[in-house]
Amino acid sequence: MNKTWIIIKREFLSRTRKKTFLLTTILLPLLIFGSYAAMIYFSVNGESEKKIAIIDAGNLFGGKIEASRNIEFLFVEEKDAEAFKSSFQHQGFDAFLHIPADLDLENPANIVVYGKEQVGIGTQERLKDRINKAIEKKQIQKRIGDAVSVESLDSIKANAEIRSVSLQGGEEKESNATVASIAALITGLLIYFILMIYGSMVMRGVMEEKTNRIAEVMVSSVRPFQLMMGKILGIGAVGLVQFLIWIVLILALQLLIPVLFPGVLEQMAAQAPMNLPGQTVQQPAPSAMLAALSSINFTQIILCFLVYFLGGYFMYSSLFAAVGSSVNEDAQDAQQLILPIMMPIIFSFIMLTKVIQDPHSGLALFGSLFPLTSPIVMMGRIPFGVPGWQLALSVALLVGGFVCTTWLAAKIYRTGILMYGKKITWKEMWKWVLR
Amino acid sequence: MNLLEVKHLKKYYATQKAVDDISFNIASGSIFGLLGPNGAGKTTLLRMITGIFYPDSGEILFDGRPFHPEKDIINIGYMPEERGLYKKMKIGEQVIYLAQLKGLTHAQALEKAKYWFTRLEMESWWHKKVEDLSKGMQQKLQFVTTVLHEPRLIILDEPFSGLDPVNANLIKDEIYRLASRGCTIIFSTHRMEQVEEICDHIILVNKGQKILDGTVNAVKQTYKEDIFRIDFDGKLHPELLAIHLFGVIKAEEKSLILKRNTDFSTNDILQYFINKGMPIQGFQEILPSLNEIFIRLVENTNATARQFVTEYTNP
Repeated sequence: MNKTWIIIKREFLSRTRKKTFLLTTILLPLLIFGSYAAMIYFSVNGESEKKIAIIDAGNLFGGKIEASRNIEFLFVEEKDAEAFKSSFQHQGFDAFLHIPADLDLENPANIVVYGKEQVGIGTQERLKDRINKAIEKKQIQKRIGDAVSVESLDSIKANAEIRSVSLQGGEEKESNATVASIAALITGLLIYFILMIYGSMVMRGVMEEKTNRIAEVMVSSVRPFQLMMGKILGIGAVGLVQFLIWIVLILALQLLIPVLFPGVLEQMAAQAPMNLPGQTVQQPAPSAMLAALSSINFTQIILCFLVYFLGGYFMYSSLFAAVGSSVNEDAQDAQQLILPIMMPIIFSFIMLTKVIQDPHSGLALFGSLFPLTSPIVMMGRIPFGVPGWQLALSVALLVGGFVCTTWLAAKIYRTGILMYGKKITWKEMWKWVLR
Repeated sequence: MNLLEVKHLKKYYATQKAVDDISFNIASGSIFGLLGPNGAGKTTLLRMITGIFYPDSGEILFDGRPFHPEKDIINIGYMPEERGLYKKMKIGEQVIYLAQLKGLTHAQALEKAKYWFTRLEMESWWHKKVEDLSKGMQQKLQFVTTVLHEPRLIILDEPFSGLDPVNANLIKDEIYRLASRGCTIIFSTHRMEQVEEICDHIILVNKGQKILDGTVNAVKQTYKEDIFRIDFDGKLHPELLAIHLFGVIKAEEKSLILKRNTDFSTNDILQYFINKGMPIQGFQEILPSLNEIFIRLVENTNATARQFVTEYTNP
């Protein structure tokens, strides 16, 4: 049997059989899903119903203050706040709001809410919001006179949608910039985390072999290159399996939401516009949202994701392996040496945020072709549509890139893995490469 | 028949000549001692023989053919001085893994592992992890992983360091047994008393060069210093010692250690004492220990040697 294959098998099995692997692989999606479900649950059922009395001493609002979610307003006849303080609880109110008769609408002050206990900040904010709306309405009504009602003004609020159509290659393609940006950001971010997490996993594996002093035993049986590639491929397989499990789990859990919370989605859809005061961007209607989602080529994204996942991982993990082979027990040395490898990864992430805003700029083109940045930056461009030749060139350069880094890394690894007790600098590593 | 022939092997690093033109032969089935102070080039030499390093120049013949690292790896078992195992891995799996990397199939590896574990009474370790073992036990395990695939050439770098006398004897017996079954063993160390006891043939390496080569007895004969011990069956009178035939090294009540002056033979000395009427009970030559030869050869060369000597004399 091929020795590299034996090493791959060990690296893969020794990691996937660990309890921590099961924990992170299964628990993480459950955790994400759990907090997601909790958020939905609390946003719908979070607050208890409140009944609040309003003493409008000067009868300024004439009973016109809109009810808010979970809060019911009731104008009471009682005008004396002092007297009401002792009786509001008996009448079934949780609190009461006192609007003084001499309220100055230009500079409203001295509105007080009295309660058995202090009212929550959420309730207080909502009260404030309602009172302000009512005062605004009154002020507007005063400016425009009685001929036009404020309600009729409200009804002329516009809510235009702009459809975005790209005319690439003579065919019209409908797209949605918001959805594309989100897809770009998520996939770019995922690649970023993959490079960081699995790259440093490779580095730690190599360091373990070195500090356990098993490296010399191993290289008397296999070539250092086989040892390095076995480790990289084995951990890459761990990453791939972990991702597949996550994707399957998340899809399965998503299907479970309507089962676990019947009616929640409908409720949310119904309440959404009303419940989010101060939100300026209107959610697109569900049908528009679906159209936007279907405008994105998911097959292409997933395929490219796998290509750049593997390409980027191979390129960077061999560099991480080279660093791991060059350091001794001291974790601080590793930190220093790893910085030059982290820089392009972090830099490509910064690029990604710019590229999403302008996916067809010169920076975006450069970033998506240059192999050290392309795994992250290209993922940021794909949802917006990338010409085929650029994609092909980028992948070709990426393959060339990882052949180069693997070659470089193998030379450093070969020498570094057997070097003990000496602190290695980048200059020395470069010498090993040239040797 | 030589199992291994090393011819004019060289390996130069940027700052030093690690191995500088070393040649030697190892007879099949012998126990060969590779001696030298720290930094002499022993490890580099062994790494070239095990195929970890390529020599800059020179030739290695394995079983008469040019050494081919990938094909011959199954014929070599190497226990480096810097030893190690995967700490978190189960011992049984680890032993099989390492044997598979040498080229055995899973079934072969399992069978041989079982044989060795039974032989060295390690069966209960199979499902443990290496980190649960004591240092001496790890050493024993490392020895098993080295010889499991029944290599023809076994290279042991300081095999007894960290072992208690009982386990050291156990390993020593295994080494003899392997040698008697035809295995060739290279034994790298700076513990001279073990070399004297175990090895048939030794070479001494210092500063990348071979400075001594021969069987243990031949080496001792070469470096003997005409020192003898005489035991008497009666009291030795000090006035007898003032004689030009020899110099006195140590005189006791009934025995004498002397250094013969080169112009005279041992018979002259014996004749002298017989003539003086001293009843002689025993007469023997005292050969230098390898340790003395070693220190003498290495000490007048360089600073690393001195560092080595102090380390050696206070183990």
